[in-house]
Amino acid sequence: MKILVCISHVPDTTSKINFTENSSKFDKNNVQFVINPNDEFGLTRAIWFKEKAGAIVHVINVGLHETEATLRKTLAIGADKAFRINIEPMDGYSVAKCISDFINEKDYDLIIAGRESIDYNGGMVPGMISALNNINFIDKCVGLEIEGKKVRACRECDGGKENISTTLPLIIGSQKGLVEESDLKIPNMRGIMMARQKELIVVEPGQIDIKSKSVNFEKPKEKAEVKLISSDNLDELINLLHKEAKVI
Amino acid sequence: MSVLIFAETERGKFKKDALELASYGRSISDEIKSKLVAICINSNNPEELSKYGVDKIICVNNNDLENFNSKNFSDCISNVFLKEKSQFLILSSSSNSRYIGGILSIYTKAAYVSNVFSKPTKYKPLQLRRNSFTNKAYETVEVISDKVIISLCRNSYGIIENKVKSEVVSETFKIANNDILVSSTEKLSDKVSIADADIVVSGGRGLKGPENWHIIENLADVLGAATACSKPVSDSGWRPHSEHVGQTGKPVASNLYIAIGISGAIQHLAGINSSKIKVVINTDPDAPFFKSADYGIVGDAFEVVPELIEKLKKFKSLNN
Ligand SMILES: Cc1cc2nc3c(=O)[nH]c(=O)nc-3n(C[C@H](O)[C@H](O)[C@H](O)COP(=O)(O)OP(=O)(O)OC[C@H]3O[C@@H](n4cnc5c(N)ncnc54)[C@H](O)[C@@H]3O)c2cc1C
Ligand SMILES: Nc1ncnc2c1ncn2[C@@H]1O[C@H](COP(=O)(O)O)[C@@H](O)[C@H]1O
Repeated sequence: MKILVCISHVPDTTSKINFTENSSKFDKNNVQFVINPNDEFGLTRAIWFKEKAGAIVHVINVGLHETEATLRKTLAIGADKAFRINIEPMDGYSVAKCISDFINEKDYDLIIAGRESIDYNGGMVPGMISALNNINFIDKCVGLEIEGKKVRACRECDGGKENISTTLPLIIGSQKGLVEESDLKIPNMRGIMMARQKELIVVEPGQIDIKSKSVNFEKPKEKAEVKLISSDNLDELINLLHKEAKVI
Repeated sequence: MSVLIFAETERGKFKKDALELASYGRSISDEIKSKLVAICINSNNPEELSKYGVDKIICVNNNDLENFNSKNFSDCISNVFLKEKSQFLILSSSSNSRYIGGILSIYTKAAYVSNVFSKPTKYKPLQLRRNSFTNKAYETVEVISDKVIISLCRNSYGIIENKVKSEVVSETFKIANNDILVSSTEKLSDKVSIADADIVVSGGRGLKGPENWHIIENLADVLGAATACSKPVSDSGWRPHSEHVGQTGKPVASNLYIAIGISGAIQHLAGINSSKIKVVINTDPDAPFFKSADYGIVGDAFEVVPELIEKLKKFKSLNN
């Protein structure tokens, strides 16, 4: 089985977010970048398929040179080979199109992307790839078992779960639940040494089409001071929620 | 030219989101002077949408569409989009709608903008405002396409009545075979889900252990709320993963979010910040959550919450 994991390179969850160039661009200065958490769950599941069933695991990122440290980390965790499509990501569509063109020339059985990236929160790339390449798609995947071409998967939906059967080739939107947090691997010294020997191949993009672009960013306004209510005056809280906030 | 909404139903009834989409769609239709069309699948009462400004209601009734299937639903909605020559397709942010948003954008060759929380700020070219960086920033996006799919954040526009005379038509839809088969579903409980709830009651490590969760559940019961928790709570197995909210868990966009024994770490706040009103109950007056809250009580959850439950019961019996 050949697996491709799409890796988005995102600011760490604790990062303070700032913008530059007249608030039109995300300020990458002083930001620690990590593997998008949803992608890391997917990558870990892929490494299990490698360890238990001999799968080959490739990773791909659409991004400039700066993302290579993140890709090296995926190699240290256990991916076999990394690809970087050398272009600054512009919108979800162009990223999906780049990855879709890349897949077209290969024969991956399983493609894993995160349900959503924690930077732009598009939640669009995996669905778009599935439609561009006409392959089965399961979003918010929290369970995945594969035997031959047969797939049994579990999807989280609002208020519950669905058990789904389908076939390869398949793309999933991965998230926590596919593996647990405690299953995530921290690269060890040996992994890091081995990653240096592994291939990281830079691919030049084909023609790029975009369908949307960022114009500017704004940070939410500082919140007004909290109204503190004494714990012996809960009637006041109920009153405020009813009359002022009108939420109960 | 038209604005199309996908009005989701659950067991035949429109979801609240559907009415919000209609209200939002109406305002765009008015501004671009076009018709507002809704596609609804297996609705018992399609006429309800006329109350919210939908001019044309297209009903597809088909037993094979009783359960959600991403491929069939995408086919059905994109057919209608193309037939109605729509410029806008508006989706909710439910799991099912988010599932098909990307697929639909390829089928219809439309741009796709998700997490939108307001009306377009400009039409030529079209500009939309959306949440990004997990609620840490608002982004203005310009659409480079004559067609667009918008997925609207819950509770961001509201439901506005606007009665019109609508035309109700039924369409047939032929199911194509596909090999995504839902073999079974597991409903978590009969309670409202976090995604659909107007009120969410959430507990953190301050509750000390799973044996104390009845106070969270009882409070949720009185309010008709969904229950949620912080990440360490679900990581420790006190509560199921499906209740984990925050940047790496479920997003919450409720009207009211009550956080009990939760410190308010940046990753927690990122996921719940788009809730309208936040109430915090915490023993520590310096807990960071107080900076993001609307109302706060410095106090012990084990004393405050049971008393709050009793008082709410009284309030509810007087106000119902
Ligand atoms: C990569 C990453 C992703 C993360 N994603 C998420 C996420 O999505 N969601 C999330 O929630 N967290 C997330 N976290 C974890 C986050 O950083 C915090 O550790 C977590 O939110 C803390 O949970 P808590 O508030 O329940 O516990 P604590 O921080 O331990 O806070 C407990 C609070 O309870 C109060 N308390 C104690 N006793 C009482 C009492 N009797 N009555 C009332 N109050 C009391 C204390 O004063 C304290 O403020 C993430 C962390 C990382 C590194
Ligand atoms: N620049 C990128 N390079 C590779 N994969 C990406 C990129 N952007 C997004 N993805 C993948 O698509 C998923 C969803 O991203 P998004 O649609 O941006 O929320 C991510 O979790 C990644 O798996």
